[in-house]
Amino acid sequence: MNINTTKIISLLFFIFSAFYLYTAYQIQVFTFDENAPFNARTFPIYLGYAGLFFSGLKLILPDPNTIKVEHRTLEYKKTAILVLIAIIYGATILKIGYFLTTSLFLIASYYFLGERRWILMFLLSFPFVAAFMYLLHGVLDIYLRDPFLQMIGVMG
Amino acid sequence: MIEGILIGLTTALTFQNILMVMIGCFFGTIIGMLPGLGPMTAIALMIPITYGFDPATGLILMAGVYYGAVFGGSTSSILLNAPGVPGTVATSFDGYPMAQQGKAGKALAIAAWSSFAGGTLAAIYLLFMAPSLSKVSLSFRSPDYFALMILGLTAIAAFSSKGQFIKAMMMVVLGLMLASVGQDSLSDITRFTFNNMNLTDGISFVLVVMATFAMSEALTIILKRNDPTAAAKQVSLTELGSIKIDKEERAKMLKTIPRTSIIGFIIGVLPGAGATIASFLAYGMERNLVSDEEKEKFGKGSVHGLAAPETANNAACSGAFVPLLTLGIPGSGTTAVMLGALLGFGIQPGPRLYVTNPEIFWSVIMSMYIGMVILLILNLPLIPYIARILAVPKNYLIPLILFFSITGIYVMSFNNFDIYLMIGIAVVATFMRLYDFPMPPLILAFVLGGLMEENLRRSLLLSDGSWTFLWDRTLTACILATTISIVIWHIYKTIIKK
Repeated sequence: MNINTTKIISLLFFIFSAFYLYTAYQIQVFTFDENAPFNARTFPIYLGYAGLFFSGLKLILPDPNTIKVEHRTLEYKKTAILVLIAIIYGATILKIGYFLTTSLFLIASYYFLGERRWILMFLLSFPFVAAFMYLLHGVLDIYLRDPFLQMIGVMG
Repeated sequence: MIEGILIGLTTALTFQNILMVMIGCFFGTIIGMLPGLGPMTAIALMIPITYGFDPATGLILMAGVYYGAVFGGSTSSILLNAPGVPGTVATSFDGYPMAQQGKAGKALAIAAWSSFAGGTLAAIYLLFMAPSLSKVSLSFRSPDYFALMILGLTAIAAFSSKGQFIKAMMMVVLGLMLASVGQDSLSDITRFTFNNMNLTDGISFVLVVMATFAMSEALTIILKRNDPTAAAKQVSLTELGSIKIDKEERAKMLKTIPRTSIIGFIIGVLPGAGATIASFLAYGMERNLVSDEEKEKFGKGSVHGLAAPETANNAACSGAFVPLLTLGIPGSGTTAVMLGALLGFGIQPGPRLYVTNPEIFWSVIMSMYIGMVILLILNLPLIPYIARILAVPKNYLIPLILFFSITGIYVMSFNNFDIYLMIGIAVVATFMRLYDFPMPPLILAFVLGGLMEENLRRSLLLSDGSWTFLWDRTLTACILATTISIVIWHIYKTIIKK
């Protein structure tokens, strides 16, 4: 059997399915439901077995279309930075507010992806977010929480 | 039915709804042109905005985006030989050679007219077929629905897997597993929440769609150093040529369009198949039906070869609405996203939709036709300029996609946890995409998970825990036999390939 990344993913999926199945058996059901033909744990149990079956099949059967990924050509650094910026954005959006964090998120993303035209970066962040906020909040009446704008008195 | 059509027209022809179709078509065309970003991403990005509208308007907007994205995919196939969506790959076989001969404008016009005709004819088929199918599907019982869902999931796994059926089935199971997180709908018992209150209501559908499509597409583009907009920078406005179609070409199109619209529509109705298979089948069928002289021109800029896949893929898009509107079971990843959005509006599509919400049922059908007209009027003259808009560098495009994704979740939940969960799922999905694990089966399974469990529950309770419900009714047994054949055939194919 050839060990490739697809097989490793299948193995991880097999372990995940086993854990899922174990957790499914631990679901607490009402006493009167224990022996019912169907209760809250029935469907997850079937799913757990289905996961084991298909990932097991993928592990055992030969892989005629092996996918070869050239890792050296992949841009891991930029992707990781972008993910990190998104996490920071997610962590601050509620506390600081939508307008400021979104604008800063956009500027930071443009910058890390290699953009250096500051005027364009500014135009596609602060004014763009303000216009989008107006569309959501002002026109479509979708509430946007923004402590920062509330603090400076722009938003009610 | 006349009354229904009038209801649909009254709803679809309001100023707001026409505006939504126009915006949807325009936005969809732009997204659809970008290789890698297909209709599912376009619709996913639109979902948060649709929640500001009533359900009919929201669905009309999404339908407009759908058609626009398919049309946009054809444009990049013809101009750049870079199909935006898999459904338009066959378009590039004859569209791109035609563009290289200096007839890009003509190729775009043939594509636009064929799409228009295919979509219009399919909307007419849908108009007559949907109400009758709705009546038939009223006789469906829980076991039939359960079996039909299994068939839908197996079929989408079979057709979207590019020969990797087991991988696709793993994604189906993963989608169902994700759908099982949260409270059980009947007993309210929490499952797989690990005492985290944020998971009590389950994982949001929009979150999963945004993560697996919009966000992971954006991350994949960065990771693989792709630049979907690079090719658009090469397009010259002066090289498009005339968009006029002459008599002879029109005659060829008139032969091709009716037959390929029928095959496209039928393929679209089948669960899991969709625009890609429809366009390839139509291309193949057309090649067999034309004269030997015409056959020689296939692959070198044939009018038949361009009109056939274009008609079929648009007809398939309309056909895909049939199982969604009549059975409440989406036949493709894109209609699964629409089903999720409808459920978000509190509407359950199915055989009773045209009784309980006729304005939604009919206005969607009517707006399809209006969408086709708008695509033709709005997009054809604007194509060169839209192609120019696509020259926006990826340095701007990617952050904007991420911004729309995160905003979509933020306005729905105001919850940091959901944003982290979305980023986590997107990272995993990006990695799985690298190894060709398809995402549409996961989405379809996620949307159908709750319905499937509900129908299995009813079936098992009615049969007192016995699995005989799977073959007690002829219809259930037939559906199940089809499913088993698909599974066996694909596993057999996997084994004999080695």
